Parts: sequence; C-alpha cells; structure tokens
Amino acid sequence: MEIAERYSAGKRVLVEHPAVALLGAVLLYLLSDLILKTANVSIAPWGVHLIGGQLPVSNLGRFVLDGLIVGLVVGLAGVGLSMTYGILNFANFAHGDYITTGAFAGWLTAYIIGFLTLPVDPPFGDIFLFAESSLVSVVNAPVAIVLGLVASGLGTVGVVLLLDRWVYRPMRDKGGIPLLIASIGVALALRYAIVFVFGTSASGVTSTSDIPQFEIPLGDGRIPLDLHEITLIVAAIALMFGVHFLLQRTKLGKAMRAMADNKDLAQVTGIPTERIIRATWIIGGGLAGVAGFLIVLERGVISFNMGWRLLLLIFAGVILGGIGSVYGAMAGGIIIGIASRVSLVWIPSDFARVAAFTVMILVLLYRPEGLFGGVKTA
Amino acid sequence: MSVGQRLWRAVPSSIKEDDKRLIIALLAGTYLLYAVSQVYLALMNNADVFPAVANSLQNLTFLIAVYAIMALALNLHWGYTGLFNIGIAGFMAVGVYSMSILAAPPGGSPPGFGLPVPIALIGALVITAIVGGIAALPALQLEADYLAIVTVGLSEIIRLVLNADYFSGTVTDPQSNSYNVVNLFGFKFGTGGGQGINTPTSSPASYLYGPSGDPNAIGELAYGIGVSLGVNNSVVNGFTYGMFLLLFVVTAYYVLLVRIGNSPFGRVLKAIREDELVAQSLGKDTRWVKIKVFMVGCALMGLGGILWQGSFGFVNPNTFRPIVTFYIFTALIVGGSGSNTGSVVGGAVFAAFLFEGPRQLARVVEAAMGGLLITVSGPGASLPSPNNFYVAFSTLDPLGWLGYTIGNISSLRFILLGVVLVYMMQNRSEGLLGHRKEIAASVDLSERKGNVAPTDGGETNE
Repeated sequence: MEIAERYSAGKRVLVEHPAVALLGAVLLYLLSDLILKTANVSIAPWGVHLIGGQLPVSNLGRFVLDGLIVGLVVGLAGVGLSMTYGILNFANFAHGDYITTGAFAGWLTAYIIGFLTLPVDPPFGDIFLFAESSLVSVVNAPVAIVLGLVASGLGTVGVVLLLDRWVYRPMRDKGGIPLLIASIGVALALRYAIVFVFGTSASGVTSTSDIPQFEIPLGDGRIPLDLHEITLIVAAIALMFGVHFLLQRTKLGKAMRAMADNKDLAQVTGIPTERIIRATWIIGGGLAGVAGFLIVLERGVISFNMGWRLLLLIFAGVILGGIGSVYGAMAGGIIIGIASRVSLVWIPSDFARVAAFTVMILVLLYRPEGLFGGVKTA
Repeated sequence: MSVGQRLWRAVPSSIKEDDKRLIIALLAGTYLLYAVSQVYLALMNNADVFPAVANSLQNLTFLIAVYAIMALALNLHWGYTGLFNIGIAGFMAVGVYSMSILAAPPGGSPPGFGLPVPIALIGALVITAIVGGIAALPALQLEADYLAIVTVGLSEIIRLVLNADYFSGTVTDPQSNSYNVVNLFGFKFGTGGGQGINTPTSSPASYLYGPSGDPNAIGELAYGIGVSLGVNNSVVNGFTYGMFLLLFVVTAYYVLLVRIGNSPFGRVLKAIREDELVAQSLGKDTRWVKIKVFMVGCALMGLGGILWQGSFGFVNPNTFRPIVTFYIFTALIVGGSGSNTGSVVGGAVFAAFLFEGPRQLARVVEAAMGGLLITVSGPGASLPSPNNFYVAFSTLDPLGWLGYTIGNISSLRFILLGVVLVYMMQNRSEGLLGHRKEIAASVDLSERKGNVAPTDGGETNE
C-alpha cells in the first residue's frame, strides 16, 4: 500500500515538476557513477563512455574529508546567519565579515600569547601585523590556540553587539531590504577597517612543521589528516552540540522559535524580544568568529576577505538546510562543503564554487523551504 | 543633516524645481570644486595648472557619466519595478565579454568571431538580454531578499566561469593537453581566463578623431586645440569620450527611462513595485512583464559595462567583483531610487564625493600639510608616510597618524561608503531625490483635498 502511494507520488513529481525529476535523475546518475568509479567499473557500450571509471577510494575519502572540514566551518558560521534570518528577517551580508573579525581577533590574541611564551624575539610590530609568519601551532603553543579560540568568539560578540546597537536596533521596524542594504554597508566598513589596520596582503600564521600527521588507511590508500584538522573537527562538532543543548535545555530555544514564528505574538506573551535578539547575535556572532579562527587554523593563512569569500557558500548551506533552521544550517553547510569537494570528481577545480552556487540557486527555485522541509527547529 | 538641509534651502528654488537645471547646477558646482582644488594642488606641486585641471576633470567626467548610466539602468529594476538585482557586475561582464569575444580575430589568442565592432556590440546586447531573461526566471517566484542572493550568486558564477582556465582559449594548439578553446558548432572562441581579454578599442575617441598616429581633420583640430592649451592627446581623447557619455549616452538612457516609465508598460512596472498581487488581479501578466524588464534592464547594464569597462582596451574577470554592484547600488540609493533625475544626481554625487572625493581630499590635505611643514620647519620637511599601522600608531606623532591615514585613504573610502549606506538606510532611505518617486497611478491619488496641483520636489523637509 505504502509502496503504491510512494510510486504514485513519484509519478506526480515527474509530471508536475519535470525539473525536479530531472534534477533527481542527475543526482542519481552522479551517485551511481561515483559508486561504479570507486568499484573501478566502467560501462562503455559501443565505445561510448556512459558511466563509471576509475577513482581510488582514498581519493574520494580525501575529498569527503576536505569537504567535511569546509562544511563544518560553513555550518558553524551558518547557524548565526540562519538565526538572524529567522528572527530579524533579513539576509545579513555582513556575516562573512564577522568571520573575518573573529579570525583577526583570535589570531592576534594567539600571536601575542605566542610572542610572550615562545622562545622567539621578533619586534612586536611584526607580531601585531602577522609579519612574523608561521609562529603558532597546536603543538608549540596550545595555550595560545585555546585562548585565541576564546578571544575570537568574545571579540566577535563584542563587535556584533556594538554593530547591532548602532546599526540594526534603530532599524528594527524597517523591512528586510533596508536592513540588507545596511548590512552591506556594515560589511564594507568592517572589512576595510580591518584592511586599514592589517593591510590587504594574506599572511601565513600557523606553523605546520612540527605538528603530527596521521594517516587513516582506507581502501587502497591512506588519507592524511593533521592535528590542526583534527582540532577543527573536534572543536566544531563540540560547539554544534553545545548549541544543540543550549537551544533544547533552556527556554532560549523556545523563545527564539516563538520569535521566528510571530514577533508580535511573542512580545505580548511576555518574551523579552530585545534580550532574545541579543542572545541571537551573541550565539551567531560568537560561532561565526570561532569558525573564522578555525578555518585559519586549518588553512594556515589569514586575509581580510576570507569571510566574504565564504559568505555565499554559507548562504548556500543555510538555504539548503532551510532558512531559519539551526540544525538545517549545520547540515546544509556540511552538505555544501562535501558536495563542493566531491564535485571535483567530475569538474575542474575552477568550478567547485560554481557548482555550490548553482546548487544554491536550484534549491531556492525548486525547494525554497530547504531540504528538510522548512521545519523551524530554532 | 541640519547643515545639509540649510545648504539645500540656500539653493534657489528656480534650480530645485527644474530637473535639467538641478543636474547642470550640481555638475557645475562639482566641476568648480574640483577645478579649484586641482589649481591649488598644481600650484603646490609646481605643475602646469591647466593640464592638471583638464586631466582631473576628464577623469571626473568619465566617472560621473558611467555611474549615472549604471544607476539609471539599475533604476529600471530596483526603482521602477522593485526587483532587488545585485548581480549588476555579472551582467556588465556578460556584455563586455560578449562584445570582446564577438569582435576578437579568429586567429588570435583567445580566438573570437572576428565580427565588426558595431555588429559585435549589437550581438553583445542581445546576448546580455537573453542572459537577463534567464536570470529573470528566479525573479518570477522569489521574494526580494532571495532574489538578491540568487543574483549575487549568478554574478559570481559568471565571474568564476570567465575566470576559469577551462574555457580560456589561450592554448590554441589542438594537440596540446591543455587545449582549452571552446568549440561551439565549429566556431572557436575563448574567454581569456584569469589573464583577461582584449576589448576592441582602448581609445573610443579614435572613432571620431581617427587612429592616434594618423588623426583625421576633426582629430587634427581637437588635438591642435589641446596642444595650444598644453594638454596632451590622451587627455583630449578622454575628455571627448567622457563628454560623449555624459551628453549623449546619459541623456539617451534618461529619455528612454522616462519614456518607459510613462508608458503603459512602465505603469505596470510601478504597480508590481507597489503590490504585485493587485497588478495581477487587474489582469496584468506580471510574470511576462518581469521577464521583459529584466531583459531590457540587463541589456542596458551590459551596454553600460561595455561603455565603461570595455573602453580601456583590456578587461579581466576581477573587474566584475560584487563590489562594483555595491558601488552602483550606493549611487542609486544616494540619489534616490525611483527617480531618474535622482539616478543621475546619485551617479554624480557618488563619483565626485564618495568615490573620487576622499582621494582628492587626501591629495589636498597632503599638499596643504606639506606646505605648512615647509613654512614651519624649513625646506625639505614633508609629511611622514609610515608603511604600516603599527609604525604609525605606536608613536605619539599625530603627523604620522595623518600620513598613514592619507596613504590608506582607499580603505577609508570603503568605510565611508559603508557608513553612508547605513546612514541613508536609517535616516533617509528615499535618497536625496527619492521623494520624487513616480507613483503607479498616472494621476496623483494622494492629494485629493487641495485643489492646488502639488509642486513636485519643492519641499524636502521630511
């Protein structure tokens, strides 16, 4: 019975939404291609290459792992974007620059602590401007990394709250578009305030020479994984669980859901809306800042436009997961991250971001409520 | 804003109430300001006064013209129809690249179609319109902020594809492993990839004056006047092109937009902006109208891109980063979206005071401080120019702070831009002239009581 229902539902999709059906067919083809490729099977009747090919499992594993790393950062940063979208009803184009702010605040702290504790003696100016390259790693200065992580979160929260006070709070009653435009202004001002201090050149900040490398055996090869990547994965997952408990075990989550649903109703029910908005900024901004710190830890390079470059990927993740949903943002970010890396199996690396943005546009067109059905899970 | 209001009140009403006079007065004032500051700079730097002024003004003319053109094109989407399109840079890129590829010689690297420039131009507009039509499909069903994300995503997709090595056409040997010429039904072309592509001309004025080495009669005359004033040929060319853009193209865009705005089609656009559902209920096919307005607007953006970025002889994908879109948006918002005069005013104000203004101010301050220091502490003294923030601000020397600030005026300019955007959104979201936004109805429905016809634009106190 159920199967018959599903079958007819599938037929309805095919007739009513040919584009969705086509998209499904493409995805199915890619998935089976991937399976055949890892199984080293190639189907080419009459000399026409149809499907399959060659792809060592370990290569695929590395793509997935890389994607997971990017995806965790995108997901972590996406939580705040999704929350502000749900509760304040605007697409915050400054969110990428919150990430950059966090990265600079955190790494400046890490560098200063590294300067104080490590046996190095560069002039302080070089430390301040990251001109002394590759100073800190998890191994040689774990305290600096931990304090940097904390500072990235706290620093970003401070900046975000100030910006809310100056920019967004006087505009609470305005629509989504004025807020969006104002957020573009905030993004520009924030990014170039960072440029004014730190300049436009990218600087290498992490020391990779002495950190341990692990190799995970998989299939016919090994996937390299270093301690910075492990730090990122552990920290990001821990923070995601932290957000989960915060939203599930406290009244905050419920209040946020209520506000996302109907602001006026929430207010008359006695929910302190301004305080909830502040909490939203604190959680979202803090996570964005930490995400910025972590991605720099993994990539080793810090630059003024790193957050802006991530922003559209984050939007893609948030949209994929369903705007306003926190868990959707996490899951969507991870999916976008993995998809953008696994797509390298088929397309040149120039197009990885193109693929991610295309997915974003297609989701907005055909499933604007997101993959998980637009359930607002706070 | 009280200073601004007082200034605005000081402007005679005969200028305020007439759009043409308002624009001319604004331009004249801006030119005067730049000319005076440039005279001062030339005197301080011991340069020839007239060439310096001419060079500064030709640069200013070009910037004002291109930002006015783009703001007018955007006004059709955002001001009239309320479509929040922030993919302008992408549509400009499509226009410029289409023309360059269509006009590039077939044997070149990257190869192109080798069409004559006018045909390539028309072809580029058609292609931009088609791309705009495709981009309109999301606009049919999305709310404004989703459309914003889609269009900015699309513009990044366009830029990344143009930037990719895969289609660049730089390796024309078919035997090579890295052969990357696009082969479409036997027509071979490439985008140039990250290296960029040559546009058909680096000096648009040569269409009027003849090639630079061998000018025709008009060219001889113009260059002769230039020489007698001490101005070299490139400044004459630039001035000619800037004036052409300002006097003819901006006017043409303006007239076209006014005519579209006053046509039945334009009234549907404004009705969509006010309330799409109502427009639909009245039997208007708003979906088709949106597709059409996207096609027209994108073609106008493509043409603007060609006249702007296509006029330097060379272009690369990084020219079309989203920041260009935000520049144009700022111009329109400052001027007042929905008003064509506002678009031109916004383009002029943005180019003169937000884009070029901080740099000019920095030059003037630098020259003035240099002069002051020489009179105070003797010849040879100059403003220090610390090479980084730490060096500048770890000392307690205000001159060092000033020197660093002047040296980094380009990043301060972006901060100013951001602050202006936020300020406009908080306090004057209708822009300088946005109160003149044309309403959807052809008769003013809001002023029923008074029998006196409303004096549009006479009053600006909110």
